[in-house]
Amino acid sequence: MGAAAGPLVRAVHDEFHGDLLEVSMGPQHPSTHGVFRMVVTLDGERIVKLKPVFGYLHRNHEKIAEGTSYLGSMPYTDRLDYLCSMSNNWAYALAVEKLAGQPVPDRAQYLRVIMAELTRLVNHMCLVGFLFNDLGTSFTPLLYAFREREKILDLFESLSGSRMMCNYQRFGGCRVDPTPEWLAAASALVNNFPRFLDEYETMLTGNEIMLARTQGIGRLNAQQAINAGITGPGLRASGVDYDIRKVDGYGFYPRFDFRVPLGAHGDTYDRYMMRVLEMRESVKILQQAFRDLPAGPIMDPKAKLRGFRPKIGEAYGRLEGPKGELGFHLISDGSPNPYRYRVRPPSLINLTLLEEMSLGHTIADAVVILGSIDIVLGEVDR
Amino acid sequence: MTDAEREELRRHGILLTSLEELYNWGRSNSIWPLQFGLACCAIEMIAAATARFDIARFGAEIFRPSPRQADLMIVSGTVTKKMAPLVVRLWNQMPEPKYCIAMGACAISGGPFKQGYNVLKGIDRYIPVDIYIPGCPPRPEALLHGLTQLQAKIRGEHLAGPDQAQHLRPANPGELPIPDYGAHDLEPPHNPARFSPPSLPRKA
Repeated sequence: MGAAAGPLVRAVHDEFHGDLLEVSMGPQHPSTHGVFRMVVTLDGERIVKLKPVFGYLHRNHEKIAEGTSYLGSMPYTDRLDYLCSMSNNWAYALAVEKLAGQPVPDRAQYLRVIMAELTRLVNHMCLVGFLFNDLGTSFTPLLYAFREREKILDLFESLSGSRMMCNYQRFGGCRVDPTPEWLAAASALVNNFPRFLDEYETMLTGNEIMLARTQGIGRLNAQQAINAGITGPGLRASGVDYDIRKVDGYGFYPRFDFRVPLGAHGDTYDRYMMRVLEMRESVKILQQAFRDLPAGPIMDPKAKLRGFRPKIGEAYGRLEGPKGELGFHLISDGSPNPYRYRVRPPSLINLTLLEEMSLGHTIADAVVILGSIDIVLGEVDR
Repeated sequence: MTDAEREELRRHGILLTSLEELYNWGRSNSIWPLQFGLACCAIEMIAAATARFDIARFGAEIFRPSPRQADLMIVSGTVTKKMAPLVVRLWNQMPEPKYCIAMGACAISGGPFKQGYNVLKGIDRYIPVDIYIPGCPPRPEALLHGLTQLQAKIRGEHLAGPDQAQHLRPANPGELPIPDYGAHDLEPPHNPARFSPPSLPRKA
């Protein structure tokens, strides 16, 4: 047998520490969030070494995309981070539009913001639910999160035809225009959302076990986070004010009034709080977007989907995904399919500091730290 | 005995049944799935367990984290060649009688990622699949439908006779060979006792 073989638990002799124990967690484990493996070396209960092993979900996304047309790889982007297909679509569309110099009508820009922020709500709710699952709450917070998630998925489904794999954005706009009923339903959902957040926070934020298990656990200082290229809420929890929505101003984000929440300690608790605060900011953005949504076309009339052949050149499109910077780097040689297609996934890069964050903590803490990083293996392995 | 007579007895508080029926009734209403997700489909599997879809209605809500306590493997997601030996090992660790649901296009055939060199073109190459649920990913309702189909299948199993259930046949091996990583591909590329690739006859 190859790398996957070998005993699950074995003693490692180390002249300084005496006998260490090497435990292989995963790839089938309830708290590894998918097919992910951590090889943990333990001194008693303390972690002295942690080696992440991935590749169990390597599905050749990039290579397949190089063999298909530009439009043909749009559905594959849905399956990267399968919790946030709408914002993945947008990131890819941004890269292609940059490559082709394709303008986007105003209404489509607003719709994209709406979809991306709804996706952020879905993702952050799932993260909080799974994080509490890892803390051992036996499903309850996840049940609450999924109750609200289903409401958003119903909206996505009635708009795009699919619950999870929405495949909604196109180069130069969006695929379908929402009806006034859809907009009214979505707006009502968003207006009710803070009430759910209050309920959720009453249940979770001040929870004593939560505070004891997450404060001061898995600390990451700003320098470490920047050096490792960590982005998204994980970076902002360490106090670094870097949000691509503000920095890059892609889409119509400069038109919206919202705040970027920042943490101070960079521990697991701050990473949890970032998600809750960001959900509240997303609600603000969504309310503004529904208020200001202009009438007009949703597709640029000159946009080309079939037989799309951009000029020779390269482009990097990126956005602030719910997990961090999601970027697509495309190189075109003038043919109908990209010459080189590369994804910059936030999950993979945020995972790189897992060892540093877990050292010195117990194995139970490593599980919670991994939960707070928010990984989706479809994006880690691609 | 006719159904009407049996119903008459039931009204008097007498239940008449066969051991086979009782055994199958018990098995089909207490399926314990393995808590094991591979990719996107796993999220829909979790959604099937939440309040809206509520897999508990079918007695299958106890997702077990250990294969030794589970009797249903829901292969939910893309099986890669790196993961395939581990899936087969988990299957081997499950006690008999055990059942397998292939959930989603990837588990059935490789799905949209079929071109990938690292993607297994269907888990039925190595383990016997009872129910296939198409979709990418299938809705939670589709999983529930697959589950009820599996229950119907379990209720129709025979304890004895020529069409005895698979797991009761002594000649039927419960443990399947685990593929190994070869120079180019998994060795063997499929379990010949379980799967044979379709032949493409050529006209001369």
